[in-house]
Amino acid sequence: MSIIAENVSYIYDQGSAMESCAINGLSTEIPDGRFIGLIGHTGSGKSTFVQLLNGLLEPSSGRILFNGQDIRAEGFDRRKLRAEVGLVFQYPEHQLFETDVLTDVKFGPKNLGLTPDEQEERATEALRQVGLNENFYTMSPFELSGGEKRRAAIAGVLAMHPGVLILDEPTAGLDPRGRDEIMDLVSELHAAEKKTILLVSHSMEDVAEYVERIMVMNSGSILYDGTPREVFAHFRELEEIGLAAPQMTYIMQYLKEKGIDVRTDLLTVKEAAAEILRTYGFRQGEEQDV
Amino acid sequence: MFKEITLGQYYQTDSPLHRLDPRVKVSGTFVYIISLFLVSTFTGYLYAGVFLAVCILLSGVPFRYIWRGMRAVLVLLLITVIFNLFLTPGTPVVRFYRLQITIEGIRFAAKMAIRLVFLIIGSTLMTLTTTPNQLTDAMESLMHPLKKMHVPVHEISMMMSIALRFIPILMEETDKIMKAQMVRGADFESGNVITRIRNMVPLLVPLFISAFRRANDLAMAMEARCYQGGEGRTRMKPLVYHRNDRNAWLILAAYFAGAVLIRAMMLTV
Repeated sequence: MSIIAENVSYIYDQGSAMESCAINGLSTEIPDGRFIGLIGHTGSGKSTFVQLLNGLLEPSSGRILFNGQDIRAEGFDRRKLRAEVGLVFQYPEHQLFETDVLTDVKFGPKNLGLTPDEQEERATEALRQVGLNENFYTMSPFELSGGEKRRAAIAGVLAMHPGVLILDEPTAGLDPRGRDEIMDLVSELHAAEKKTILLVSHSMEDVAEYVERIMVMNSGSILYDGTPREVFAHFRELEEIGLAAPQMTYIMQYLKEKGIDVRTDLLTVKEAAAEILRTYGFRQGEEQDV
Repeated sequence: MFKEITLGQYYQTDSPLHRLDPRVKVSGTFVYIISLFLVSTFTGYLYAGVFLAVCILLSGVPFRYIWRGMRAVLVLLLITVIFNLFLTPGTPVVRFYRLQITIEGIRFAAKMAIRLVFLIIGSTLMTLTTTPNQLTDAMESLMHPLKKMHVPVHEISMMMSIALRFIPILMEETDKIMKAQMVRGADFESGNVITRIRNMVPLLVPLFISAFRRANDLAMAMEARCYQGGEGRTRMKPLVYHRNDRNAWLILAAYFAGAVLIRAMMLTV
């Protein structure tokens, strides 16, 4: 279930004075079962790119291949594609509309033409995945807290059983706890269900811990593509395009400049702490005694 | 889907028409509309057409952009023309069943169509070259005398500018919610009228909620900045007449005099 973008471009308002090129000759491949982070600052084209991937927008030039098939080809079922490549928009809670949570989550399965029993099954399963129990089923979506609303909305997309899940800034506007809950939910979906996940974010910190591969977008094309460690080695170039590497990269870089021999390609606080202790002669497991 | 409608949308560019004081443009549009009703001969429409063409050239807005906006009102135009074509009494040209097309009908329908097209293009040109903010500032300034009659001029213009400001926001929001529901398999394009309306619910409910939320936020933000109506309020960009505006007034006056002259000639013939 791979998605391949071949030299894709997308131009907004083609032919008017507001014409602007959002995606510029982009080629990449999203293989099956990967957890990928897509990073770029505001206006780098990442939101446009993900909409191209599930056929909500059509490329101005170039091709998008889903399992080897051109999604623009005659006879290609684009509605099925949208179910297959689930896209959770920014602030997905703004899409809730039903009188209660369960019915809202059932909206997707209902549109797929499933029987009421199957709808019910899919909805309860999706709500269980996002951690909303039976007490929430009959509540109005508008009574929920911000984080709960977002989880209910994500359940609405999960109930479609997409093989690929794209999340556009899923943690925007949430407090640290809500953020962790969503991120844990996403990595759980990847680990347990082997879903391909594309996580869009402008925060390096968010994605560094979780993803296997990072794509950095800048002005409509991909600037870097590699493992988090490879990408963050370019932290100075990243800064120039308005992004930052995780905090730990900076601390380790600073220590190295001061003459302490540490590795600089570490991402999390835990890794960094262990590395610093190592240079002072402590071995793993001895931290507690410090 | 909303890109079709150009009426009420600003076209960003730099041109003599864009730089003109909005009060001149608003009054100018009114004068132009009145002139369209004054002249009612084909010579008169030629005169008005040339004036409009010059304005379009000066505005720097590509003509096909203006034309695209016209397509939205084409149906209305067509209905008007058909009614005038068939329902004007006079010398018949073509006749079938009880319907007849008369020479007078053809003339009248043609004039009506020209007048409507000019009217719409004329007002579209104003909104294309004037930002909504400039427009409401001009309205407020032009309606100022009504304040003496206790008309809440400032409040009306504030409501207008907020409403205008919300149009693109809500359009964008509609687009976003539509896409979000399409991801969940919603279908906004097929089915008969009833199912189509029913299918709009997943779009309209979130849209209304979002509109209320935005209105609430805006009211809060205005209050936080101590907004209390127009009393004693100053402007960041006060409207000031420049030399070009004076010239524009003169050109406008000359044009209107010409239109009156054509009218007078028509009456004497």
